[in-house]
Amino acid sequence: MNSVKKKNKAATIAMVILFSCLAILIILPVYVLFTASFKPGGDLLQYGLNLNLNLSRWSLDNYNLLFFGKHDYWIWFMNSILLTVVTVIATLLISAFVGYGFAAYEFKGRNVLFVIVLIILSIPLEVVMLPLYKQMSTWKMMDSYAAIMLPFVAHASTIFFFRQYLLGIPKSLLEAGRIDGATEYGIFFKLVFPIMKPAFAAMAILNGMNAWNNYLWPLLVIRSADKYTLTLGLNTLINPYGDNYSLLVVGSFFSIIPIFVLFICFQKYFIEGMTAGAVKG
Amino acid sequence: MLKKFFYSQKIAPYVFVLPFVITVLLFWIAPISNGVLLSFQDVLKDEWVGTKNYTRLLSDKIFLKAILNSLKYMLGTLVLLIPFPMLFASLLNSKLMVKADFFKSIYFLPALTSVVVAGTIFRLMFGEASGSLANQVLLAIGQSPIKWLKGPWTSYAILLLIACWRWTGVNILYFLAGLQSIPTELYEAASIDGASKWQQFKNISMPLVKPTTVYVLTISIYAGLSMFLESYMVFKGNNSPNNIGLTIVGYLYRQGIEKRAMGYACAVGIVLLLCVMIVNLIQLKVTGTFDKEEK
Repeated sequence: MNSVKKKNKAATIAMVILFSCLAILIILPVYVLFTASFKPGGDLLQYGLNLNLNLSRWSLDNYNLLFFGKHDYWIWFMNSILLTVVTVIATLLISAFVGYGFAAYEFKGRNVLFVIVLIILSIPLEVVMLPLYKQMSTWKMMDSYAAIMLPFVAHASTIFFFRQYLLGIPKSLLEAGRIDGATEYGIFFKLVFPIMKPAFAAMAILNGMNAWNNYLWPLLVIRSADKYTLTLGLNTLINPYGDNYSLLVVGSFFSIIPIFVLFICFQKYFIEGMTAGAVKG
Repeated sequence: MLKKFFYSQKIAPYVFVLPFVITVLLFWIAPISNGVLLSFQDVLKDEWVGTKNYTRLLSDKIFLKAILNSLKYMLGTLVLLIPFPMLFASLLNSKLMVKADFFKSIYFLPALTSVVVAGTIFRLMFGEASGSLANQVLLAIGQSPIKWLKGPWTSYAILLLIACWRWTGVNILYFLAGLQSIPTELYEAASIDGASKWQQFKNISMPLVKPTTVYVLTISIYAGLSMFLESYMVFKGNNSPNNIGLTIVGYLYRQGIEKRAMGYACAVGIVLLLCVMIVNLIQLKVTGTFDKEEK
């Protein structure tokens, strides 16, 4: 018995060592970015990111630049926040509405429509990107946030998630609502909406993360510099003029923070949202 | 009358799914059909050219390179991002492991960063200067610094490294979710029968976690074949030396946006669509997902 215990302990230690090494490798890139945010931007240009810890060269200059300097970072930041919040609210409302339709009713054409949801799930956006881009310019919608958001508010994977979630609600609840005289829409908004909270949380985080980090489609749609989102703005800094590199390093680091804070607070929902599709396949 | 119609139980479901139907028509079916039509045109000259765009694609060596690069990248991610996360997840799931939640959170961290930030970090870690992190490591083991992003194999490795950095943690979570749905009695029974941990992994975990594996496989194929931004960030734009970082979507972007050859680019898009569809069908066939649904 004792030898089994010893063996188990050895296994635990071996695993902790393995996973700690992996953790160090995973943190390393963020760590070098963090240390670089205290070094002069010129160092980055000259050496790239590295492990040098020459504390005498460290300063808060970059942070000073970020918070008090003359640049557009905070415009991008606010644009990203605005776009993320509006996208998340619109996507959740509309996708929940649609997901409920799929889950609560039997109707002609439901299966065909649901197969379309599944097909869209497996088509990369890049396939429709160019014709969609052309379409947006014909419709004079270029350079607007509406063009970024609208194509994806009825979001296939979010609809799929809500549908799976709502399949579990008892039909008797809906019947009770009908007997009480609620309309079909009243049932959704008054009875179903409140019990969807955990599902909303999971999808809010997943969609929020995607909107915050979105790059390719906004790159095509947005023209005016005052409408740049954070990812678009940060990418304009990769040309090393003036203070660009200082702002790039500190700004990149700072762009992770809002999402990181959300992650720490709502970790459970992050994981739920991410793994939603994986078990049932 | 109209109000009654709108509120009837027959019509309500259609009202519920209406937003989806509208978006699908406007933003998926219209652009895809449009893309098909455009792929038979020379958009700048505004004339029909038949299958010329497609025949040109067949003999376009750069496009061939882009396809090979995308396939190579996809295969690399499949080899690295399925077995290892599966193994790590079952270790983390083991009763002998401590602080598994802590490690799980750390591994998830890179998924929070945007490709813009991740790509920039890796480009600067693998910079040409002898002071960059990667070259410091080379110097430390007595090698001379190299230009990481100029060589085909080193840059391929960097792209795979970014993929591993960002997705290992997420895939671990997927597999953990799958593993946790397996009843523990199975493992207890197996260990009473004297099965080793490795046998338990091979004969219980691996087969029962298959739906998760199929899911991860599907999204990896999708993401692998449509990869673009990672390369765009690492090479500071769409031009890599000798096109070593060019992918199918990169070529689509180059033709459609940079060279304004919309018709030709749409043909590239249709080829990408077919690639994804075919690979997914093969994958579903091989993994037997169809058979399951027939039962």
